[in-house]
This record gives sequence, structure tokens and C-alpha cells, in this order.
Amino acid sequence: MIDVKAIPAVKASPWNDPNVRPYVRLERLTKSFGDFKAVDDISLNIYKGEIFCLLGASGCGKTTLLRMLGGFETPTSGRIFIDGDDMTGVPPYERPVNMMFQSYALFPHMNVEENVAFGLKQDRVAKHEIAERVATMLELVKLGGFAKRKPHQLSGGQRQRVALARSLVKRPKLLLLDEPLGALDKKLREHTQFELISLQDKLGVTFVVVTHDQEEAMTLASRIGVMDHGEIVQAGTPTEIYEFPSSKFVADFVGSVNIFEGKLTEDEPQYVRIASEELGATIYVSHGISAAPDATVWAAVRPEKIYMSTEPPDGTDNTVRGAVQDIAYLGDLSIYLVKLPTGKIVRVTRPNTSRHAEAITWDQQVYLSWDASSPVVVTR
Amino acid sequence: MNDRRSFFMITCIAFGFAFLYIPILSMMVFSFNASKLVTVWDSANSPTLKWYYSLLSNEEILDAAWISLKVAVINASGSVILGTLAGFGLARFARFRGRFTLNAMVTAPLVMPEVITGLSLLLLFVALEQTIGWPAGRGITTMTIGHMTFSMAYVCVVVQSRLATFDTALEEAAMDLGARPPKVFFVITLPIIFPAILSGWLLAFTLSWDDLVISSFTSGPGSSTLPMVVFSKVRLGVSPEINVLATLTVAAVTLIIVGVSLWMARSARAEKLAA
Repeated sequence: MIDVKAIPAVKASPWNDPNVRPYVRLERLTKSFGDFKAVDDISLNIYKGEIFCLLGASGCGKTTLLRMLGGFETPTSGRIFIDGDDMTGVPPYERPVNMMFQSYALFPHMNVEENVAFGLKQDRVAKHEIAERVATMLELVKLGGFAKRKPHQLSGGQRQRVALARSLVKRPKLLLLDEPLGALDKKLREHTQFELISLQDKLGVTFVVVTHDQEEAMTLASRIGVMDHGEIVQAGTPTEIYEFPSSKFVADFVGSVNIFEGKLTEDEPQYVRIASEELGATIYVSHGISAAPDATVWAAVRPEKIYMSTEPPDGTDNTVRGAVQDIAYLGDLSIYLVKLPTGKIVRVTRPNTSRHAEAITWDQQVYLSWDASSPVVVTR
Repeated sequence: MNDRRSFFMITCIAFGFAFLYIPILSMMVFSFNASKLVTVWDSANSPTLKWYYSLLSNEEILDAAWISLKVAVINASGSVILGTLAGFGLARFARFRGRFTLNAMVTAPLVMPEVITGLSLLLLFVALEQTIGWPAGRGITTMTIGHMTFSMAYVCVVVQSRLATFDTALEEAAMDLGARPPKVFFVITLPIIFPAILSGWLLAFTLSWDDLVISSFTSGPGSSTLPMVVFSKVRLGVSPEINVLATLTVAAVTLIIVGVSLWMARSARAEKLAA
């Protein structure tokens, strides 16, 4: 048994190491509201020093799961362990867990300093220590000069940092963040994402973040748990989730993707070939998959992994012809919607690497192709 | 066109305010009148403060004012406690069966004719005295209880509507930071809804201060409130002392209202910015 405390919060992969004891352990957690199961039989391990993102559309149960970790909802069944202790029925004011609320929930009648000190006061920490810890924490979130301000005198970004300071000052074992960047504008959000990561690195607190923004999840997370209808449909690193989605839902939810339905025609351990009517061509995939013969499968190809050219590429597999139907110029890249003879529309993105690139325009006939390693084949 | 519209507007406003304030203003002016006849302005000796001095030595009115003040303060404080509890329960409790009915029932005293409330209270007090011996006779206690029955409904409505817009995440945040529920209530919830409670208190105070009907039903010998004394005096002819009393009341009310609304506007602005 390895001493968990000895493991630094580095980007190792404790989830792949069976000897590492999970820091937060959810055992068959279920929460029902009447007939509706908001969280449905979730078992999950979260490791010390992780930033674990729960990603899902609204109503998928991610917030309910977070609120159960915080003690604001009592599970209908199942158990929650934090650092080895059973926390299932422990009320929020006795949990070594703090939460940063989506609305920040700063106390409007207290100034910044009093807000941050509130938690320490409840624990009857000595006065001079409170002052010291609050000051350090405010320095850390770069709000040193704002101690006497009231929340209404702060900008959105500053309020967010007060909320963060207030939830971190008690040095919780686990910090829960509910849409931490949701109320900030885009520029500030990107900046704050990286600040949040460096702060987490510095303090080594384990974070559980709820978000509906997949970009936010990709940037922040050590691992992402994609949720749908109260279940975690896939948990893994951002790369795993993006490059190896386990289902159509995950592939579609995280990033954009072209999905082609087809039937397995050749199923070898080294490669598979899929006939897709939708595509009007066969898809050759350079790795084996596990599916029943003649099963209906879906091949998912990311838009940035599709090559587009005006000249026919070599080979016949993974190649189709189509007409450009629409172009969206986004500055750094352009999105092309290409209509195939079958009627299917394929989304292709190309970086605008040159300012005077050969222009592919509307209605032009183009060839689309991709590497045999690019498609991800899913069976559900 | 524009001029005519603004002229029309000014006329409307002028008439409206004249309608509201000319009676009060004339009453205030006549409080400085030297003549004993309220309707005759004695220009030789006016203005004078003689009725002010005379009021301050009128035992009957001063006693009544003291009783009114006591009843109003006790009523306002009691109503605030009961009304806040009721408002809290109705706003916060999960949707229990009969919540809608209770909601409607708590506001019923607002629309109930006072005569009926007063009469039913009188009957209740008499019946109670006969069966359990309390309250013994009618007086300040019965009057205060009577006032509280309808005042608390007002407080309840005010507090309830404030709580409807209260972000419960604030309470959860406080709990999350280690405060137990009672502490959360006193340190977070109560200070934030305090303006609503204060306006509830003032409302209850005012309702009690000028109540005549319910007081008349529930008071006993020796416990006449100010409105009751004024009313009985006016029936024998208006004394200029009444004008003085009214002027002083208007002055006090104006000061309190202006002060409170300034303070509330400030904290409301602060809260709006925080939201």
C-alpha cells in the first residue's frame, strides 16, 4: 500500500495504478426525485490532486452529484467516501469539503475580508491566525487591496476570485466548483482557466468541477466524466474522451464530429472495413474493433482530421467527392460544409495557415479523405 | 403639442397633490390659530403656540397617547416575530399539502372587514374569560392581541415576498463554510432580510397607532387609545388641541418615513449592485 500523502499532485496517472487508493470514492450512488432518477447508480473514483470535471448538458445530473458531494442532497442509496471516511450522511457544516457556488453566493452585507474569514470564524480559529490566513489567501487571488470592499463594489472577475478565496481558505480536502467560469466573459474566462489550474497546482487541493462547457472541461481537467441521464457514460483524460469516445453520444457531445452509419464487411484483428450507404463509400480503419459480424456500427471522424483537396487523392478507401455548400470563416480556421452525392453533409475544418491560400469557394467540387487511423468506430 | 401635454400633466399632479395635502396643510396652519373656533382665523393674535402648551398639559390626551404608543410598540414587535416565522415557513417549506390554502388563509385578515374581526375577537375574549378566566376583563392586553391578529398578516406578506427573491445559495454557502442552521439564520438570513422586517415593523406600528374599530371592540375601561379619544372629542366639537396633536403626528411620521426610506434606498441599491 502506497501512502497517498506521499504522492505529489503531478500529472501522473493514478487512475491507471491499482495500488493508489482513491481519495474520493462514490459507491453506486443514486438520487431520485420522485420517479425521476437525477443520478443513477454512479460509481466513481477520484484521486488526490485531480481536477475532475463533470461534463454534461443541463439536467444530466451533474449538479445533483456535486451537491451530494457537498452534503446539500442526501443520496437515495449508495455511499460517499472522502479520504477514507464515510461522508454519506454528514451535513455540509461538518464536511471537509467546500463549494464555490455558480452565483458565487457572496454575503452582500459583509466586505471581502469578512466573507473570506467567515469559514475560519465558524471553526473558532484564533483571531491573528484568521487575519493572517485571509491576507495570504487574498494575496494569492490578487485581491490584496480589496479587503474592505463590499461585494457590490467589485467586478464579476473579482467576485469570482473572492468566492474562490473564501472556499479555499479552510484548506478543504475537496473543493467543489459549480460552473466556476460561467458568469465571466470569454476573454476573462480563458485567462481565469489558467489561473485556476496554477492555483490548484500550488495548493494541491482536489477539485471537482461541474461544467456544461466542453472547452472549459478540456482545459481544466485531469479527467473528464461525461454525464447523460444521470449516468457517467465515459470517464477519462481529455485526450481519451476526444480521440477515443466510447459512444456516439460522447463523440458528438465533446467537440464536433461527422458520424457515418455503416455495416461491418471485413472484421480482422488488424483492420476493419465498413460499408456506409450514408457516405457512399467504404471506410477502412487500421485497427481491430470488437463488434458482432454484420453489426451496425458508426464511424466518427473529426472535422479537423479530414483533408480537402481539389485533386483526387491516392487510393479509393476513405475518399469521397462532394460540393462545398457553405463556408464559415472564423479567422484562425474555416469551417466547410460539404454535401455528398448521397445528401449527407460533412463538416471539415482547415486552419488558415496562409493569408493567400488557394481559395476553395462555394459550389466547388472537392475530394475529402482521411487517414485510416482517424475514424473512431463505436457500436452504440 | 408637447407644451399642452406637459401643462396637462402639471395640472393632474397639482390636483392630485392638492386633494391629498390641502386638508392636512389647513389643519397644520390652524394649529397655530389663536381662536378657539377651529374655522375662524384670529389674525390679531396668530400665529401662536398656546394650543401646543395646552395639549402638553392635557392629561387625558397624553395618557391616551402613551397607551397607544405602548400597544403599537408591543404589537409591532410581536407581529414581526410571528409574521416572520409564518412568512419563513410559507416561503421555505417544501410544497406541503395545503400550502396554497394556508397562504390564502394568512392573508385573509387583510381583506376581512374590521368590524367582523373586532366583533369576533370580542366574543372570543368574553368566552375565554368565562371558561378559563383569562384575559380578565378587557384592556391593553386584549387590544394588543387584537391588533396582532391582523398586523402579523401584513408582516407575513412582506417577509414572504422578500424571501421569494432570496438566493438560497447564500445560506448553503454559510452552511458549507461550517455554520449550523440556527447560526446561518441569525448571521446571514436575518441581516439580509432586515429591511423587509423593519418595514413590516413600521407597518404594524402604523396600523396599530391609528386603529379605531378593533380597539373599540377590544378595549376596556381606562384603556382608551389616542384615536378613540380623538374620535370621542370630535363628536363634541373639534378642539384646536386636536389640530396640534395631528400636526405633531404628521411631523413625526414624515421624519420617520423619510429617514427609513433613505436608509432602505441605500441598502436596496447596494443589494441590486451585488446581485
